[in-house]
Amino acid sequence: MSEPAVPKPPAGGNGRLLPPDAGRDRPLFLVAAILVFLACVAALGARGAWVQAQTWTSDLESSLTIQIRPVDGRDATADAEAAAEIARSLDGVRDATARTREHALALLRPWLGEGNLPDDLPLPLMVEVELDSETVRAGSFQPEALQARLDEAGLAATVDDHSRWAAAVRRAATTAQTLGLALLALVAGAAAAVVAFAARASLAARVDVIDALHLCGAEDRFIAGLFQRRFFMLGLKSGAAGAIFAGLVSILVSIGGSPADMAFFLPQWAADPFELVLLALAPLLAGLTAAVSARLAVASDLRGRW
Amino acid sequence: MTASPHSDPEPVVRFDNVGMRYGRGPEILRDLSFDLPRGSFQFLTGPSGAGKTSLLKLIYLAAKPSRGLVSFFGRDTATLPRRDLPDLRRRIGVVFQEFRLLNHLSVFDNVALPLRVAGKKRSDYAEDVAELLAWVGLGDRMSALPPTLSGGEQQRVAIARAVVGQPEILIADEPTGNVDPEMGMRLLRLFAELNKLGTTIVIATHDLQLVRMVDAPVMTLSNGHLHIRPSRGRRQREADQREAEGREALDAMSPPDPESGDE
Repeated sequence: MSEPAVPKPPAGGNGRLLPPDAGRDRPLFLVAAILVFLACVAALGARGAWVQAQTWTSDLESSLTIQIRPVDGRDATADAEAAAEIARSLDGVRDATARTREHALALLRPWLGEGNLPDDLPLPLMVEVELDSETVRAGSFQPEALQARLDEAGLAATVDDHSRWAAAVRRAATTAQTLGLALLALVAGAAAAVVAFAARASLAARVDVIDALHLCGAEDRFIAGLFQRRFFMLGLKSGAAGAIFAGLVSILVSIGGSPADMAFFLPQWAADPFELVLLALAPLLAGLTAAVSARLAVASDLRGRW
Repeated sequence: MTASPHSDPEPVVRFDNVGMRYGRGPEILRDLSFDLPRGSFQFLTGPSGAGKTSLLKLIYLAAKPSRGLVSFFGRDTATLPRRDLPDLRRRIGVVFQEFRLLNHLSVFDNVALPLRVAGKKRSDYAEDVAELLAWVGLGDRMSALPPTLSGGEQQRVAIARAVVGQPEILIADEPTGNVDPEMGMRLLRLFAELNKLGTTIVIATHDLQLVRMVDAPVMTLSNGHLHIRPSRGRRQREADQREAEGREALDAMSPPDPESGDE
């Protein structure tokens, strides 16, 4: 075959086998970015709830309250001091402070107003007992022992170790965390389904390319690989967009300094490595989810032929 | 070398009582039995709607028969597992009537496609592809996109893509439909040359001039039935054995009527 001088092959690499989708991917990009954003918010929220609950329960668990009931013929203030003394003598107690009648009145003021109580109204007094942090961590302090000592001393006192409240907070935190993880799973499932749908649509739209590739002897895994790469990149990009946005929102929420109760379910930026790792992993996970989902969808579609 | 029933022990393609229908429709191909021997060259003609494209689809493994046996290099296509298809398809070159080029790829990339999907490296085939493109007169259009080419140029790209992998069988559907007679001749020479190198060739065409230029068997489809007219040379030898007038009558008879394959 000797004809005109052989020209040089064009420079540059191979053209992309799958044509660029010319903006058809944009809605999918948006949906994927939103899903990743929601997933990150759910994860950060679950994490935030957990951190919050940790702080609250440790606050609750690091202190106890002794309540001194008013009994006729006894000096409640002296009893409170005595109770504080007993508490201080126990191992693991950092400090115990008897609160005065003024303190009790101050606690009541928001409800009853100023000066509406007769001076001789018997009021229970409080003794605040703070535990040292090691004892809290070990959970070794026994409120029953304190209660027994107070009873021995003949005081009309009740020990409240806050465990009821701590358990409630912990339950709430667990619920929030479970909710966050469930949301995460749902969002990931939705993302996978959306990508599978989009991959099939993309395959259907590109049937000409698929047919040409098949007739040229392309293997299914070659074709599935093309879609896999495309959707991996799409997942990666939309994942990065969603993760960055989620990070910004959580930083804004933290800067906004919303009260903890309001922000309980909102993502909190604690600037710890967990958040950075989560946000860095999100695009990768999104890309992998998209790639696997696209590959499975395309492979099952191709198997239906011949 | 004829497309006669079962004369070759190991033909490239063998059809045995093949029937084909789409869904529950009528049978559009009926009782086809023939071999395409290795290295043979044949034309396929017939009116539109006679089932040429369906027959070609059966040959290039894009469809399965509804009944009967189609075997490809001795392998029954009915029981062929899907994973074995790519390997077989790489031994087939197809030129489609509508070209089926990928419009987003350059001419060069289109032609290189079969080599690329076979996992070859660009540096290994770039020269060959360029040479082939120069040979079909597209040496200066290698970076062009197919939509910017004329119909004839696209057709040549499609042909180059079909032959670049040196297939064992080349199937061309109206390969000269969009080119001038001179280029038609040139393409036919390309097919003839490939045939000399051992490639089995099937050309579906309406172009009787083209058919006359090569002395090859003509398969004519009509109403789902296939008639095979042996090559002129063979018919002549047969006629010689009978009588001299027969030969003259035969020569006077061409162009042959594609509607009724004469026996």
